[in-house]
Amino acid sequence: MNENRNVKIRVRNLSKVFGSNPKKGLELRDQGLKRAEIHEKTGQTLGLSNIDFDVYEGELLVIMGLSGSGKSTLIRCLNRLIEPTEGEIIIDNENIPELDDKALLECRRRHFSMVFQNFALFPHRTVQQNAEFGLEIRGVDKAERSEIASKALKQVGLESWEDAYPNQLSGGMQQRVGLARALANDSTVLLMDEAFSALDPLIRGDMQQELQELQSRMQKTTVFITHDLDEALNIADRIILLKDGEIVQIGTPEEILTQPADEYVRRFVEGVDMSKILTAEHAMRKVRAIARDTDGPRTTLRKMHENNIDSIYVTRRDRTLVGLAEVDALEQAANDGKDTIADCMTQEFRSVRLDEPMHNLFAMFSEKSYPIAVVDAENRLLGVVVKGAVLDQLAQAAEPSTVNEDNLTAAAGDQ
Amino acid sequence: MAIDIPRIPLGNWIEGSLEWLTSEYSMVTRGISRVTQTGIDGLNDALMWLPPWGLLLIIVGLCWWLANVRLAIGAAAGMALIWNMGLWDPMIETLTLVVIATLVAVVIALPVGIAAALSERLYRVIMPVLDFMQTMPAFVYLIPAIPFFGIGSVSAIFATVIFSMPPAIRFTTLGIRQVPGELIEAADAYGATRGQKLFKVQLPLSLPTVMAGINQTIMLALSMVVIAAMIGADGLGSEVWRAIQRLRPGDGFEAGIAVVILAMLLDRLTQSLRKQRKS
Repeated sequence: MNENRNVKIRVRNLSKVFGSNPKKGLELRDQGLKRAEIHEKTGQTLGLSNIDFDVYEGELLVIMGLSGSGKSTLIRCLNRLIEPTEGEIIIDNENIPELDDKALLECRRRHFSMVFQNFALFPHRTVQQNAEFGLEIRGVDKAERSEIASKALKQVGLESWEDAYPNQLSGGMQQRVGLARALANDSTVLLMDEAFSALDPLIRGDMQQELQELQSRMQKTTVFITHDLDEALNIADRIILLKDGEIVQIGTPEEILTQPADEYVRRFVEGVDMSKILTAEHAMRKVRAIARDTDGPRTTLRKMHENNIDSIYVTRRDRTLVGLAEVDALEQAANDGKDTIADCMTQEFRSVRLDEPMHNLFAMFSEKSYPIAVVDAENRLLGVVVKGAVLDQLAQAAEPSTVNEDNLTAAAGDQ
Repeated sequence: MAIDIPRIPLGNWIEGSLEWLTSEYSMVTRGISRVTQTGIDGLNDALMWLPPWGLLLIIVGLCWWLANVRLAIGAAAGMALIWNMGLWDPMIETLTLVVIATLVAVVIALPVGIAAALSERLYRVIMPVLDFMQTMPAFVYLIPAIPFFGIGSVSAIFATVIFSMPPAIRFTTLGIRQVPGELIEAADAYGATRGQKLFKVQLPLSLPTVMAGINQTIMLALSMVVIAAMIGADGLGSEVWRAIQRLRPGDGFEAGIAVVILAMLLDRLTQSLRKQRKS
């Protein structure tokens, strides 16, 4: 699916050596030495080594790693707040490391907005003036930038705070200003450097959700850095896992969880609460049989008998879900000589969307034992979740180390 | 056996170069002298033109507006005392010298301080020079001032500027260097040029520190213009100087108290200016 998406930023062979003699560091790296050995021999620190990846247009890409993994260096190499030692960063046919000073300023203004871990708001400027900063730097005239900034502040829910100063706001609100400053700039790429890490967990959750909403609404290409796996899994379209300045794995959250590339990723992934990550989609099965609302009771009973089930979902012609029919009610209707099953259906069932977290499904099963219906936004039936499938998925995901080859392919096939 | 180490003629060299400067650049020094003298006379005349009670009211109003009622009352009492002691005119002369010297010092100090903050190399050159300027006994500056500018107020300004400038430079440099790195990074990330960074981020954020430096400069300038009475500067200093020569401690203390009042007034005023900018 990724092949036919537009590449926004193409990073190839990117390396960064900190120290007085970076070329020497790269030479040793090419001879196969590891980061620690290079540091011991030359005092040069290999910050990033041979990084290759693409950022697709409109995606939310999370770069994750522990401290010292090089993630901050990587995001700063993209807009050259840190000069890369070698490699290509191509954005719209421009190779960023080769730009001269003037072109670099132009490139930063057009392509990159950044949100910082500690907000980095200007304390001498009001909320409004902070939001206007990027536009002011670009020379947008006052009336226009004021209007754009107001709009951005409204988007992040700070419309009545324009005249406040940053120190009058809570941490969460300050980071909203940081976000508004980035959004107002309307650059093509949003860089977020541990943007939510300094916020307390509740606020962080809210901000993650809002970012996702913003992102799905605006389709802004976003590179997000975090050390928090839960955060990464929660918001990412794709995740890049960094360790010691090298990429360990690139994949969707599910791929990282269910097919860890190596022992490091596996250890990282342990401790993640699987039931929060997996959704109804993972446990969903195709419906074996459905009834149409125009069907008669006897036809329906026969269908159920063939498939060995004692309840059946009823849909319209376009698969819109209208109800559930049980075997007892159908037999009653057949005896009464009814023509259709339309008035012997029950609404006593639960339906969920594809992205319903799996841990919510448990509670639903404890109420009724019918399969849970999975529907899309138009209430069309996509499939069902049965109790056994949920447990299966959890058992598989919770112990990736014991999963054998067959199970892995099965799990991959389910996605 | 005494080893005969020849004495290094440091003093001769300095004298030689000063003489050379005086003769070669007499045009320049005379020009500076004329401009400065005009500035001094102009400001002095303007302040003298006002009746004492008029100026007193202006100063009290300024205190009220910038600071608080307490300072305004204090200012009124202090100024009235100076007036009453018959030291109004010398006080105005001293104030004039302080204002002019501070203006010149700040005009030079700000760009130098900014440059030193932005360039590590310049920083390393300028800091020892500032140490020299500040620790050299203040009287010494008076000596070369005379051949340059003659006896009088212009020489006083020259010596005062040199003596009082270092804190303004230091605090400017400090203020700019204290701007958090992440704010500089944020400005860079949004594509700010060096000029935009300076005027939109670094200078506004260092303003409280710069103001503290200017406050220090004013205080040093006041102490120096009093000393400069020794080379013929007018004002409260010359009242003190005269009291010394005539052995009249009463007169000396009166003039001294007037200096203290002026110093406190200037200090509180500039500090309240700084606090106002901060909030």
